[in-house]
Amino acid sequence: MPELPWRLERRPEPSKVMRVAAPLIAAAAMLVTGFVIFAVLGKEPVNALTVFFVEPLTSVYGWGELLLKATPLALCALGLAIGFRANVWNIGAEGQLTLGAICGGGVALFFGVKLGALALPVILVAGIAGGAAWAAIPAYLRTRFNTSEILVSLMLVYIAQLLLAYLLHGAWRDPEGFNFPQSKAFDDNTILPTLLDGQRATWAFPLMLLLAALSWGFSSRLFAGYRMLVSGQAPAAAAYAGFNERRNVWLALLLSGGAAGLAGVCEVVGPIGRLQADISPGYGFAAIIVAFVGRLHPLGIVLAALLMSLLYLGGESVQLGLQLPAAVTGLFQGLLLFYLLAADLFVNFRFRWQHVAVA
Amino acid sequence: MNEVLPAPRLTLRGITKRYPTILANDAIDLTVAVGEIHAVMGENGAGKSTLMKIIYGVTRPDAGSIEWEGRLVSISSPAEARHLGIGMVFQHFALFETLSVAENISLALDERITPAALAPRIRDVAQRYGLPIDPARLVHSMSVGERQRVEIVRCLLQSPKLLIMDEPTSVLTPQAVQQLFATLRRLAGEGMSILYISHKLDEIRTLCDNATVLRAGRVSGTARPREESNASLARLMVGSDLEEQTLIPREAGEIRLELKDFSMAARDPFGTSLQHIDLAVRAGEIVGIAGVSGNGQAELLTALSGEALGAHGGSISLCGQAVDALGAAERRRIGLGFVPEERLGRGAVPAMSLTDNALLTGARAGMVGHGLVKRSVARLAARATISDFQVKCASELSAAERLSGGNLQKFIVGREIRLAPKVMLAAQPTWGVDVGAAQLIHHALIALRDSGSAVLVISEELDELFSLCDRIAVLTAGRLSPPQPRAQLTVEAVGLLMTGTRESAHA
Amino acid sequence: MNAEFLIAIITGTVVAATPLIYAALGELVAERSGVLNLGVEGMMLVGALAAFAVSVSTGSLVLGYLAAVCAGMLMALIFAVLTVSLQTNQVATGLALTLFGLGLSAFMGRKFLGLPIAGIHALPLPGLRDIPIAGPLLFRFDPAVYGSILLYFIIDRVLTRTRIGLILRAVGESPSIAHALGQPVIQTRYLAVLFGGATSGIAGAYLSTAMTPMWVEGLSAGRGWIALALVVFATWKPLRVLLGAYLFGGVTILQLHAQGFGLSVPSEILSMLPYVATIVVLVVICRDSKTIRLNQPASLGKSFHPDV
Repeated sequence: MPELPWRLERRPEPSKVMRVAAPLIAAAAMLVTGFVIFAVLGKEPVNALTVFFVEPLTSVYGWGELLLKATPLALCALGLAIGFRANVWNIGAEGQLTLGAICGGGVALFFGVKLGALALPVILVAGIAGGAAWAAIPAYLRTRFNTSEILVSLMLVYIAQLLLAYLLHGAWRDPEGFNFPQSKAFDDNTILPTLLDGQRATWAFPLMLLLAALSWGFSSRLFAGYRMLVSGQAPAAAAYAGFNERRNVWLALLLSGGAAGLAGVCEVVGPIGRLQADISPGYGFAAIIVAFVGRLHPLGIVLAALLMSLLYLGGESVQLGLQLPAAVTGLFQGLLLFYLLAADLFVNFRFRWQHVAVA
Repeated sequence: MNEVLPAPRLTLRGITKRYPTILANDAIDLTVAVGEIHAVMGENGAGKSTLMKIIYGVTRPDAGSIEWEGRLVSISSPAEARHLGIGMVFQHFALFETLSVAENISLALDERITPAALAPRIRDVAQRYGLPIDPARLVHSMSVGERQRVEIVRCLLQSPKLLIMDEPTSVLTPQAVQQLFATLRRLAGEGMSILYISHKLDEIRTLCDNATVLRAGRVSGTARPREESNASLARLMVGSDLEEQTLIPREAGEIRLELKDFSMAARDPFGTSLQHIDLAVRAGEIVGIAGVSGNGQAELLTALSGEALGAHGGSISLCGQAVDALGAAERRRIGLGFVPEERLGRGAVPAMSLTDNALLTGARAGMVGHGLVKRSVARLAARATISDFQVKCASELSAAERLSGGNLQKFIVGREIRLAPKVMLAAQPTWGVDVGAAQLIHHALIALRDSGSAVLVISEELDELFSLCDRIAVLTAGRLSPPQPRAQLTVEAVGLLMTGTRESAHA
Repeated sequence: MNAEFLIAIITGTVVAATPLIYAALGELVAERSGVLNLGVEGMMLVGALAAFAVSVSTGSLVLGYLAAVCAGMLMALIFAVLTVSLQTNQVATGLALTLFGLGLSAFMGRKFLGLPIAGIHALPLPGLRDIPIAGPLLFRFDPAVYGSILLYFIIDRVLTRTRIGLILRAVGESPSIAHALGQPVIQTRYLAVLFGGATSGIAGAYLSTAMTPMWVEGLSAGRGWIALALVVFATWKPLRVLLGAYLFGGVTILQLHAQGFGLSVPSEILSMLPYVATIVVLVVICRDSKTIRLNQPASLGKSFHPDV
């Protein structure tokens, strides 16, 4: 193999600068690529970037949308991050989100009126429980049967979505809904109140911030958080110290499942107001990107969720304003993660020019 | 007319190699003649491996020159090295366990030859040099000694003129070592030059014609080993005399660790099952277990530490309590300390700070309260460990992976000792550790014993066991010989006990 | 249930299994070299779109399939550069590839939504096709089906009998040892990953030109993930990939033809069958950790640093 003039060399210690800079570099690279993509598509690039990134933020309503979309992203990502740091790869957050919506929505549909003032708390707990229960399946299969949680949680996404479709086509369908696969609209006492009139962001957003703070406390202060961290970084050391690997896997999956379930229920008792077939534009998957771009740290995750939310809004914005497909969002999301992974490399490695050996 | 002396086989001049954290080789000169067995000596970390990597073309030097049979050469890859006639038997075998012997060798040779065509040549060389192996066998079914034979045959198939052997005897019984030496002498007699990397003074004095000693990346001296004593050679390696260990005989106290007729099947398909092990370690004594690795040491350790729970025969008790069903954390609570064989990744989390690594086993020492981490307590413990055990590091905030092997080992040993364990398990406590750190660790273990703890040391180094232990037993193929007082044993006797291994049939 | 129904079942099974075979065999090669590529779903989608778009635009299916191969390989190249050369985390990068593939294919496929395509034609093998019973059953498939069987034979042979197969297996077990022996680890992994990309492209092409000849967003509906599960189920052996794929094809078809069997289960529940089956199959295989230990490429998912 020909000698390359450069090679990757491990840094003596990880670069703190790059740790913070990598997400910024990735975002910048994504912008530059966006510039090129828009140009290639025949749209004036600067204008297109403005329509994409700036226009959504020019109104109170727009900011509300930003917070609204950031909430489920961050909720899912917070839970996922705890798992990723413990080497537990929950890829099925989208499915847990769906189950949370089903359980919470089910309570809202059938017990909403009866519960009165208690409705919302019960609904939210039901959503968390639903998501956690769905995540318990991969947890059980991994700890008992050594099965990869990646593939199991993924299959469960499809199953969850089919379950929702089944319910909406059948028992839970709105009799006055013109045969659309959707449920009745939820009663008012079951709906999450908005933060401000004139926009749609709800109290789910501050709830998410609270959970971000709790999650930070968990990882840095609780011994349980420390055990999960060791488990993820050095499984042999965790075994040596007597940390129970099964407990860690269960904890990681239940926490991330519960968080995703909360995200799902907040969507259906928030902006959506009913159960319908389409409750999430892939938040559970986008949350994976949010978790990485946010460096698996609660503060980073909140910021990354806001960025990702902007990407969603931007996609809708250029769809309306420039007749581009909303799918451009998915494109940007994938690019962002790619660039982050590449930029991340420089935290631990750097390029070095090769010396040619003196003959 | 004067006869022209043949040029030396290999001459290194001023070889220098720098890595980001260390100057591995500093202007090293070395000369090996035709048919010479030349030792390269030095402790772990002295730069021997790097130098061999350079000779074998795995890495390139930053400065210096290499001459092969009088010509300047640049060795830019292992293939080039082999082309010149350099062969290397690695310390850690470069073998693929799921492939056969012939497939392995076929991959390692430069000429493209199918495993099937290779088989007869393998048998031929193996027989000629007394290294019997079966080309069709899968490597994972072979003992360590047999695997080394595969490595040697692989080299010999390419008719090398220089053979580099990197720490070849660390995995061999004393008897197998003698066989290896016989093979090497025969090869040298045929004109092959041999570079023999080792830190084992007795062997070097028996086998080698000349020696180059490395210390901290530099050549600290050259010698003719047969004219030196262990002490003088050691002085070249470490710069000071080896300290003599003296154990004050003690009355041993109550039994702290006991295995009764303990048997456990191996979990790993490549592992060794433990069979009917009887062992009792008392307070105030050090018991050593000898044996080449691969005879059940890892399995015994995980059974003792609580990392391997499951179906087993017999019983284990700690401090009089049956612990068969208790996991590692609970056993620590009863008073077990453990220094594992692997530092990074098992004894310590590489990317975490020393403070956070103190937390790893410090849960019952006040570092955790009500489920909350008490970092201040952990920090103090880490600082105390660092100062008491002379751990060289920037601070307690340094990541474990930034410490050198010896310093990290001192930290781990210190961390465990500071927890005042009633029973201490130590696996290969001074492996890959410089002499100064090894001495400190040995003293610490002896002090622990003197303070009343029961200590069990599992080690491949007979010297270490003989200097540390009150009683010594031997583990072979998962069975333990009855421990005997050290005074009644000799190295040869222990070596004989060790030949209950699988390879003794061919040995 | 009559002979025609049976033939339909078997034909349907084979057709459903074919994209799984392509994708899973390619992933098997990649994983045998030690690289876990979770981006199969993304590569399949991009391949599906490429085949559809080029076939519709040029009228040539052959060009379409070639385009799919190229598209799959391009995606795989991105993955290879990131994971093999830059040593990024393989799980995260594979996920990124899938998300990117989803977005890219949706983005670029908007023009092709709802367009009709003359799908792939069956290619009955002359002579063989007229054998009673066996003829209509086995020898009237389209070329891609025959190709999948051929691919199995080729891969099986290459893995066990050729030098390149030996090197691949060695790299998968221990890239560091292979590197020390002077074997081309990086190149081998690149080739293996690119091969996986090519076959995933073909798998996707088959989806959009044969199975459901059309293009919609997310056409593969998780088949890429099922292919990944298949590799585990097959304990990384090509023959078992084949058998597993047919098993899954069968389950998929059963679900479609449940009415024909007199079962009245809601269609959504039936659609869950392949996914549930995947979970069950994984559990069955993974519970025996000894088998996994002996068969899983030891370096799977781990990055390889050549000079550290």
